[in-house]
Amino acid sequence: MSTLDDATNVEINILEILENNGKATPDEISEVVGVPTEKVREIIGELERNGVIRKYKASIDWSKLDGYVYAIIEVKVALEREKGYDHIAERISRFPEVVSVRLISGDHDLSLTVRGKSMKDVAFFVADKIATLPQVVGTSTHFVLKTYKEDGVYMGEEPKDSRLKITF
Amino acid sequence: MSEFASKKAKRVSDVPQSGIRRFFDLANSREDVISLGVGEPDFPTPWHVREACIYSLERGHTYYTSNYGLYELRELLSQSYRKRYKLDYSPEDEILITTGVSEAFDIAMRAIVDVGDEVLIPEPCYVSYAPCVRFAEGNPVYIPLSQVDFKLRYEDISSKTTEKTKALVLSYPNNPTGAIMRRGELEEIADAVVEHDLLVISDEVYSELTYTTKHTCFSELNGMKERTIILNGFSKSHSMTGLRIGYALAPYDVIEAMMTVHQYSMLCAPITAQMGAIEALKNGWESVESMKREYDRRRRLTLSRLRNMGLPCFEAEGAFYAFPSVKETGMSSKEFEERLFKDKGVVVVAGETFGPSGEGHIRCSYANSMEKLREAFDRMEEFLSRV
Ligand SMILES: Cc1ncc(COP(=O)(O)O)c(C=O)c1O
Repeated sequence: MSTLDDATNVEINILEILENNGKATPDEISEVVGVPTEKVREIIGELERNGVIRKYKASIDWSKLDGYVYAIIEVKVALEREKGYDHIAERISRFPEVVSVRLISGDHDLSLTVRGKSMKDVAFFVADKIATLPQVVGTSTHFVLKTYKEDGVYMGEEPKDSRLKITF
Repeated sequence: MSEFASKKAKRVSDVPQSGIRRFFDLANSREDVISLGVGEPDFPTPWHVREACIYSLERGHTYYTSNYGLYELRELLSQSYRKRYKLDYSPEDEILITTGVSEAFDIAMRAIVDVGDEVLIPEPCYVSYAPCVRFAEGNPVYIPLSQVDFKLRYEDISSKTTEKTKALVLSYPNNPTGAIMRRGELEEIADAVVEHDLLVISDEVYSELTYTTKHTCFSELNGMKERTIILNGFSKSHSMTGLRIGYALAPYDVIEAMMTVHQYSMLCAPITAQMGAIEALKNGWESVESMKREYDRRRRLTLSRLRNMGLPCFEAEGAFYAFPSVKETGMSSKEFEERLFKDKGVVVVAGETFGPSGEGHIRCSYANSMEKLREAFDRMEEFLSRV
């Protein structure tokens, strides 16, 4: 079925492996894609330079540590002349407490994910730092109670392998 | 001995009880086991297929279907074979939906084999073929395959054919060897088939898991469609083993004969599985491709690790098995299987389970996560360093 050429296939192959396991080494990757280690390094380097691979990160279930609370903040914005959404979005993005910023359709304009040490912490951050920005007309805060899936990773227990140990 | 022993039908007692049962129970009793002995995908059925099954249950689709199977499913299959292989099978009377390839093979045998007819079975091969021939009162005739590449050749057929030979079983990509056959190689087989006027039952259940070339459907070959029964299903391609769904494609008179058996013994394939299969054909190709890419990565890992630990292994190009030779260890395949399990808790299946020509080899299934595969190969390496 595949219509992609070989080079593209190898690239996709490598990306799929790294997407799943950022720690996969060029040696390991070479063994499973059938391309020499040096070539794997070269391809990965190219993908990094082109910004296809943006960064390597771990998928962490912070709730296991009781460390952080998260909230989704919907923000209504009064648009500035000529600057559009980019200016205010960039400004909000600078806060380290803000984990993600998205422009969305619907009732609100921006959707943020904010991380803090406690609910109070997050609430005060929003009240002090976000709501007070001149372009912000209103905010609405939704605390995250439980995360089931994050970045394509299911956070619950995976069902265990229930296949018979031998089948023909 | 029970009352029944003396009353048991000969066609059943004629089938040797596989010694693997004991090993099977043993393997299932241990918790720390890593199994390379599994003949089914480890991926869950794609969610959209499961969801379609759930939805069909919600809507109350729990009735018998046409004996042939749901028309929509046959139509989708017909389209899919036209698109992929340029083959025309009429959804009206040349396609039969079955309860897996298993049932399809059984009814194919009962539809074409008469008492004493011989059916050629290249081995090593999947374990069900010979018993099904016997259940149909025929005689299975094994064709030993070359252990160099486990492919079937023209001469192999000619040397085993008698006037009683009625049919030939083809099974590529192959379980247990992972061997495939390319178009040119199959053309040679087609010549022998014509020369000896044989029917062909081609079990292509692993067709989607061909990694190095495009799968050739045996009916594509000149003159073969008229004498071939293609068997295939969703078990391996879409990880749908437990749903029990497959199909047969054949000339209408063969399908009619199979239908006679199917209608009175199975009635129809489970409707929930048929609904899932419809979804799989409509929207499932992306998940098939992505599973195939992961299998291919595991295949390379498996071949490379086995060879590096000193087990010669020919290039398996299909299904999800590698079939390395263990001859150099001085152990028989059965001995290797038992000792590896006892010492290291790794399950592989002795090659002789799949026929006498499998002796000296073991079947390693790579339908397992990379992590488990690596752990299993590490353990095997340790095992080998000590024998
Ligand atoms: C070669 C071969 N044919 C047929 C089957 C059975 O397939 P199904 O689940 O469609 O009955 C298997 C399953 O292991 C197999 O390996």
